[in-house]
Amino acid sequence: MEITSFIVNFAAQFEDSDISKFTPKTNFKIEIEEWDSLISLSVIAMVDEKYGIVIKGEDINNSKTIEDLFLIVKQKYEQ
Amino acid sequence: MNNNPFSLINKTILVTGSSSGIGASVAIECSKLGAKLIITGRDLDNLNKTYKELHGLGHIQVIADLNKDEDIKALVSEIPEIDGIVHSAGILGTIPFGFITKGKIDEIFAINFASPILLSKNLLKYNKLKKNSSIVWISSIAGNLITSSGSSLYGASKSAINGIAKGMALELASKKIRVNVVSPGVIKTNIFNSGIISDNDLNMEVVKYPLKRFGNPEEVAFGVIYFLSNASSWTTGSCLTIDGGYTLL
Ligand SMILES: NC(=O)c1ccc[n+]([C@@H]2O[C@H](COP(=O)([O-])OP(=O)(O)OC[C@H]3O[C@@H](n4cnc5c(N)ncnc54)[C@H](OP(=O)(O)O)[C@@H]3O)[C@@H](O)[C@H]2O)c1
Repeated sequence: MEITSFIVNFAAQFEDSDISKFTPKTNFKIEIEEWDSLISLSVIAMVDEKYGIVIKGEDINNSKTIEDLFLIVKQKYEQ
Repeated sequence: MNNNPFSLINKTILVTGSSSGIGASVAIECSKLGAKLIITGRDLDNLNKTYKELHGLGHIQVIADLNKDEDIKALVSEIPEIDGIVHSAGILGTIPFGFITKGKIDEIFAINFASPILLSKNLLKYNKLKKNSSIVWISSIAGNLITSSGSSLYGASKSAINGIAKGMALELASKKIRVNVVSPGVIKTNIFNSGIISDNDLNMEVVKYPLKRFGNPEEVAFGVIYFLSNASSWTTGSCLTIDGGYTLL
């Protein structure tokens, strides 16, 4: 699992935010204005669809940066 | 003499999804009002837990996966004639519209919609529903009165329930069988265990309820009991919303 492709998949859930805003250190819930509950559900569904991993709302709540979330997904992916 | 119009003495009630949540509470509360219960679910341990909490004697428990035709057939053939059925087995399946697949549609509609229809139909076919019996569906405010992000498919399965219940109410009236629906708002049960909707999300939701809390399973059970009892003998094709006032706003 690569963080670069994860970020592309993550960013694809947003409509109006430019891809350049998405980096491993982006504090997505604060820094990306568009963030909302539907995008949160879409990220969960994307992770299931692309990686076959089921994450929870808590996993997103507990992640500050995109990298934090990536590491949670990666850990489950490698288990 | 029993003057309680809500009494369920001498009634046998089948409750699906009674291994958990609303179904378990419906079964327990019905037993307190004198009913004989037939409880059913897939999880043996959880079903047993409900069984132990039933008041009175003569209750039956049957393990069945209602998505399997053979399990429905076995359940119907095993049980005695009944005076009521409560369709509480169901799943949530939160998913944004853009991620819906044929598989997801099939999964949610199978247990929320198709299985209870087939179970009802088989109960009728094998004359297991007595005259004056009552069919109660657990629907939802979702899909019928409101929606929320990720609820489009679940809501569709629930509004489908309200649709079929009306048709059933009309066609089964000649048999004096009544068909009604209860539509709850959020009740804290295992249905949220997948965690897709986090506790945090639920905490943000609860403040939107005029009565400032989510419902308890027994608060749905009491509405179901109204429809099962003789108190509702002239009520068919109705829907009772039990939602702490959520849909007022
Ligand atoms: N909780 C709420 O906020 C809420 C609000 C509105 C409407 N509802 C509706 O109320 C009903 C009950 O929900 P709940 O909150 O009590 O959920 P729950 O605690 O998750 O219970 C669901 C029940 O459905 C059973 N079930 C699921 N799939 C089944 C299958 N294939 N075959 C047989 N049984 C199956 C489960 O049995 P096993 O565990 O034994 O498999 C369990 O007993 C559902 O229809 C739900 O949509 C709930």
